[in-house]
Amino acid sequence: MSIRTPLSRVEGYGSAHSGTQHFWHERTTSVALIPLTAWFVYAAIHTIGLPYEDVFVFLHNPINAIAMLLFVIASAIHMTLGIHVVIEDYVHTEGSKLLLFLANKAFGWTIAVASVYAILRIAL
Amino acid sequence: MADNPQTQSAQPRPLSPFISIYRWPVTMAASITHRVTGVGLALGMILVAWMLIAVATGPNAYETFVSLGGSIIGRLILFGFAWAVVFHFLNGIRHLAWDVGFGFKVPTALAVSSIIYVLSVLGAIALFAWGYHQAGLL
Repeated sequence: MSIRTPLSRVEGYGSAHSGTQHFWHERTTSVALIPLTAWFVYAAIHTIGLPYEDVFVFLHNPINAIAMLLFVIASAIHMTLGIHVVIEDYVHTEGSKLLLFLANKAFGWTIAVASVYAILRIAL
Repeated sequence: MADNPQTQSAQPRPLSPFISIYRWPVTMAASITHRVTGVGLALGMILVAWMLIAVATGPNAYETFVSLGGSIIGRLILFGFAWAVVFHFLNGIRHLAWDVGFGFKVPTALAVSSIIYVLSVLGAIALFAWGYHQAGLL
């Protein structure tokens, strides 16, 4: 039994019951993605036209592998949060909204796990 | 007893006029483009995951990825991806500036939106030129 008043328990949480975490995580990942995206664009263009072995060696390098891991993880979180808001804004039927939320989560996790698995197979 | 207003809609309720009657300030266009490019980039992550899996799988899988990426349709998709990356990157930085209170004056916001459109197209062309140069085609 809590002795906090009902008001104190809900303060800062709003009608979404989750406070500002969603907004905040969208921002923190966006700040992280500024250098990570710049690096990814460099990496993507740098490897164009290279033979397979050179691309493999590039991603096998620990620094490149770590940067690629950070890029795909930050991107997966950022895009899942972003698409969640797009669904909230345009889909107003509870059933379809729930299904799309689940599809969005499944998509984000699949991209993240598939990419991380591939990077680790190359790097380790 | 009053009827439930939710079930009383024999006539469709009037909806707030939305995009069909309002002027389109460039800031509004930029905001919508930010969303559209965001969703597009999320789909683009399929290509990133595919590329990584292809490299992890072996030379044949990577060759398939490279030859599809180098086809006409592949290049168009990659150009769209490059433009979306640059636009979302630049406009995202502008959103972060807004979050900390900079750039809200109307003339500034309008000018920055237009500049971002121009820079994103120039940036995508520059990235493509760099890619062609890297591939030995330019």
